[in-house]
Amino acid sequence: MKDLDSIIEQVKERFGDAVESSDRPFGDAVLTVRKARIRDVLSHLREEGFDFLLDIAGVDGLHLGRCERFEVVYNLYSLAGDMRLRVKVFVPEGDMNLPTVSDLWGSANWAEREAYDMFGFVFEGHPNLVRILCHREFVGHALRKDYPIMKGQWATGTSDLKPDLERE
Amino acid sequence: MAGSQEMDPKELDDSGPPRDEPPAPVELDIADEMSLDDLDVEPMYINIGPTHPATHGTFRLFCKLDGERIEKAAVEIGYLHRGFEKTAETKNYTLVIPYTDRLNYCSGLVNNVGYCKAVERMLGVTITPRTEVIRVIICEIQRIMDHMICVGANLVDIGALTNYWYFFNAREKLNDVLEALTGARLTYSYIRVGGLAWDLPKGFEENVRAALKTVPKAIKDVEGLVKKNRIFVDRARDIGVMSAPDAVSYGFTGPCLRASGVNHDLRRKKPYYHYDEFDFDVVIGERGDVYDRVFVRIEEMKQSLRIVEQALKILPGGPINVEDKNVVLPSKDRVHSSMEELINHFKLIIEGVKVPAGEIYDAIEAPNGELGFYIVSDGSGKPYRIKVRPPCFYLMNGLKKLIEGHMVADIVAILAGLNIIAGELDR
Repeated sequence: MKDLDSIIEQVKERFGDAVESSDRPFGDAVLTVRKARIRDVLSHLREEGFDFLLDIAGVDGLHLGRCERFEVVYNLYSLAGDMRLRVKVFVPEGDMNLPTVSDLWGSANWAEREAYDMFGFVFEGHPNLVRILCHREFVGHALRKDYPIMKGQWATGTSDLKPDLERE
Repeated sequence: MAGSQEMDPKELDDSGPPRDEPPAPVELDIADEMSLDDLDVEPMYINIGPTHPATHGTFRLFCKLDGERIEKAAVEIGYLHRGFEKTAETKNYTLVIPYTDRLNYCSGLVNNVGYCKAVERMLGVTITPRTEVIRVIICEIQRIMDHMICVGANLVDIGALTNYWYFFNAREKLNDVLEALTGARLTYSYIRVGGLAWDLPKGFEENVRAALKTVPKAIKDVEGLVKKNRIFVDRARDIGVMSAPDAVSYGFTGPCLRASGVNHDLRRKKPYYHYDEFDFDVVIGERGDVYDRVFVRIEEMKQSLRIVEQALKILPGGPINVEDKNVVLPSKDRVHSSMEELINHFKLIIEGVKVPAGEIYDAIEAPNGELGFYIVSDGSGKPYRIKVRPPCFYLMNGLKKLIEGHMVADIVAILAGLNIIAGELDR
């Protein structure tokens, strides 16, 4: 099993300038990757032993002043090497599409649905990209910084789950 | 029934056809024209939940049935979504602690610890040795209590009610200990960033020792009732099997992952609070079925007992809070006697703890699995973004795979074994 530094170096060599940066805030290893190659990088890391996709976190950096408004953070863990690695991708407000990784990790299925529900990222190729925590009549994305915290929305009925049976 | 005794049994035997001659098979002449596919069979759809005694919370399950077998299933969650992550963005770091109690409400203190540990790592604060050991003790007590609820409820769901009372007798004693410590029985909010709310009450160690004495007996009683119980084994063995590669892919953590035979425990793999210095075993199952998930939890309770006993022995004295006036409130007598301390107190209450800008992911081994907090800070007193990684969410993601192909009655057995807590599932 390779150590974390050599895996990061290998990713940098292989994907060249698709890797924007790699740093270690508070000691956590973070790779920032261009959106166009995110699936390739994640697929490569999956083969390199990162068998856990622990979580996908969306961030709305409206007030952070970073290069793009949104971020998607993939939180990986390698069982064999006991290593954590975060892969971050900046997503511009005008182009919220990302490739899905739900075929690489089973956990990505719901994680991507949550990121879609809360921020509006569209994971292309996802088998069932519908809202998961908010009800399906909900308009807007609740965790965006410009969504008012007190703005509740009522659900008027039950959602039809019959189509979901055949998807996923 | 006196009459039946007087009846001659021979008369009964002669009334029917002779038993050793099987009836002649009936030749049907329709095999060429019809097959089973031609039968007019419609699938049946059933809806379980959102409120149903067996769902242990609120979520909805929609199934397509073939007879009594589940052909397809769809899971809808979110009925307990209260916007924890959104709310947290408007509170300062200390005010988020009571909200973390409501994540996995069966083990609120563990959530407190997980959150405070993440914030402390961002602040670069090292908690005192006494606080560290106290946190280990209460985390392990909560692990025992959480497993008691999960196993107890799982057994109730498949018809074994008595075990629930055996466990809840012992759990009540532990609850009393925590009530004496924190003043609450469910939402404790006892942990603070940089330490604890207050020190242990007088006689805490003796109370814990006395309460823990009831646990081995409860475990022994339950094991005696179910371990080789034919009814339980039939209901639980090879039901809801999750293979090790699937469990990893689905992001299973905690007892459910270990039941599938994967040796992964953050207390061993990424030791925090000197867990590596405690002597305990990581319990691993073999088949990854309901039976293994129940017994991995029961064995883990025994290991937690060992950890608490060792921790009580080494519990050091000394302060409980770090000496850092940017993090911890000054003591009341100093606030009342010194202007600087008064200002310090006001600043901390009004502006909150200032956490350096950046992002962090920090996780602990909660009773259900890996409980992680991804915190983005912009350098102010309020978290810019908190993303919780609840273990339940990913267990629930695997539910569809676990129940498809099984009978309707197996749903409750599988579901309760995953220990779904809607509080952390929906946040």
